[in-house]
Amino acid sequence: METTDAPDNGVPILIARGLWKIFGENPERLFKSDLKNESKEKIQEETGLVVGLRDISFEVQKGEIFVLMGLSGSGKSTLIRVLIRLVDPTAGEIYIGGKEICALSEKELMKFRRRSTAMVFQAFGLLPHYTVLDNAAYGLKIRGVPEEERKKVALEAIKTVGLEGWEDYLPSSLSGGMQQRVGIARALAADPDIMLLDEPFSGLDPLIRRQMQNELIQLQSELHKTMIFVTHDLQEALKIADRIAIMQDGAIIQIGTPEDIIANPVSDYVQEFVQDAYPATVLTAGTIMEVNEPEIHVWQGPKVVHTLIHRSKRDFAFILDKGNCAVGFLNHKALDMLIKDGGDRIDQAMDTEFETCTPEMTVEELFPLATASPHPIAVLDDVGKLVGYIRNHTIIESMIQEWPENGGEDKDV
Amino acid sequence: MFEFPEKIYIPMEKWIDILMDWVLTNMSGIFDAIGLSILKILLIIEKVLLWVPWPVVLIIIGVAAWRSMGKLRHGVLMAGLIFMIGVFGYWDDSMRTLAIVIASVAVSLLIGFPLGVLMARSDRMQAIFQPFLDAMQTMPSFVYLIPAMMLFGLGKVPAVFATVIYAVPPVIRLTDVGIRGVPETVVEAARSFGASDRQLLFDVQLPLAFPSIMVGINQTTMMALAMVVIASMIGARGLGLEVLKAINRIEVGHGFTAGASIVFLAIVIDRITNAFATKQQKHLS
Repeated sequence: METTDAPDNGVPILIARGLWKIFGENPERLFKSDLKNESKEKIQEETGLVVGLRDISFEVQKGEIFVLMGLSGSGKSTLIRVLIRLVDPTAGEIYIGGKEICALSEKELMKFRRRSTAMVFQAFGLLPHYTVLDNAAYGLKIRGVPEEERKKVALEAIKTVGLEGWEDYLPSSLSGGMQQRVGIARALAADPDIMLLDEPFSGLDPLIRRQMQNELIQLQSELHKTMIFVTHDLQEALKIADRIAIMQDGAIIQIGTPEDIIANPVSDYVQEFVQDAYPATVLTAGTIMEVNEPEIHVWQGPKVVHTLIHRSKRDFAFILDKGNCAVGFLNHKALDMLIKDGGDRIDQAMDTEFETCTPEMTVEELFPLATASPHPIAVLDDVGKLVGYIRNHTIIESMIQEWPENGGEDKDV
Repeated sequence: MFEFPEKIYIPMEKWIDILMDWVLTNMSGIFDAIGLSILKILLIIEKVLLWVPWPVVLIIIGVAAWRSMGKLRHGVLMAGLIFMIGVFGYWDDSMRTLAIVIASVAVSLLIGFPLGVLMARSDRMQAIFQPFLDAMQTMPSFVYLIPAMMLFGLGKVPAVFATVIYAVPPVIRLTDVGIRGVPETVVEAARSFGASDRQLLFDVQLPLAFPSIMVGINQTTMMALAMVVIASMIGARGLGLEVLKAINRIEVGHGFTAGASIVFLAIVIDRITNAFATKQQKHLS
């Protein structure tokens, strides 16, 4: 299996520009009329045409999990099909790996699908008369890979999804979760540039669904595939996405990282989605931390430090060394005592025991740290420099649903 | 008062007769060639069936029924029914009938199968074929005997011809139904992996349509058997001819035994092909 390096943010692997899908007879007439920008309902009433996709544009980077999220009827399933022309778009352009998909002939399109993409379906779409192994090898069979070789690759994919030992069974003897593993193995075996997953876990019961999500994340950390993942479940989207596109009535209304979407929902519609989300799994230390300003260094005198702390309206400070690494925690009571006792070095009063975290850690992961120490948690970058800190009450605040409006913005870095 | 006006009249009958005359004078060569090749195949089948010793036939039927229906007693029962035909004294006649049925079904499949696939491929094709299939199935079967006789004369070949026309619709219909009944998600999955039309047909659609196609073959076989009996009126020897003789001579017993032999043959063929079809169905679901 191919292992590419982490997302490179160069040329996007997929570019969609101005995609429209309109159902109905002679759909081009919509573009000639001035109804194009009217609501879906109005267009249907006036022309009988149904807008499936409306002016969709986005880009997907290599190695990224890009999630299309929306309620049923929002066009997400149509969109993922349009990308490989299982459904032909009415207007717009799609480039995958530099190829203009809409310009391909039937034959070229077939070749393209064999080489470049593989899809996983909500209803699995397995061949009921093929064994698990043959199903996993199906993409390669179509491509014309010799039997010996395709079985070897398929077996590898089956191992990857944890179905070893089930190769010779028919799909009908497998549970839903296991059948979907076969679906994923089939896609992996084809080793595509882009994997398209259309609500792959929606048909599974919640426990299995969560397990499959975790495994997909695990898989992705090893394989770094480019995935386009359709779901109606925000939890799922937040959990696995690098970026999310939220769809409503056939249009994309917001694209952003899970944090962006939680922190800055662009409309009431998105806000409503977000309401149900559990922020602890999404918000990261980097988002909720306060910036460590002013910086206080270990060689500064107690009185100077006292003034600096006082002026920043804080009652504590992290003490930095020459390399801006945190060496201690100082609260104002200890500082006052030090000054009263006539001490001249602040490292005499500071506490060297405090918890640290990285900006990427989620709030959920901060909980145990917050309970382990009374001091704020120091946020360190990857070379150990202090970039900020998180107070315990900030963590609690971050858990309150309305957090974004109540000052989320000014806490952003 | 409200009699249909005689002046509104289209000489349809005449046109068809003219067409038929034209076909006969201009295309008889083609029909002779077709007739001859059918006859050759038919004679081979008949020879084989008449040559195989009767116990071997019973064993083959018994084993086939046992394997397909699952129980040994089914095998014994089916072999027993065929044995009864021999007991009634119609062994050779039943083998001749069977030969025509086999030949007719083979030709029906050869024609019906591709047509069914074609019909499943496009809605327009389906719309065109549908009325013809309806007509073929509702037209009284005797009617086919007339053109069959004119094109191929008397004997076995026109019997096969008439039988094929009468028996081909089910296999066409059920091939179409079977292919259209393949779950959309499976077809879409195959397409998403870049399957060509041919790959889709052979790897996905036909295997999944197979149970339905088997039902079609079963029905085609049963209809062929029914038609072969009628086709005896144009000179095909076999069980049908025995029934016909019995009617002409008003021999009740003769008619009964010959009729029962046809029924036994029908039951055996039906049960075995049906069991194969359901077995496939179970396998896939």
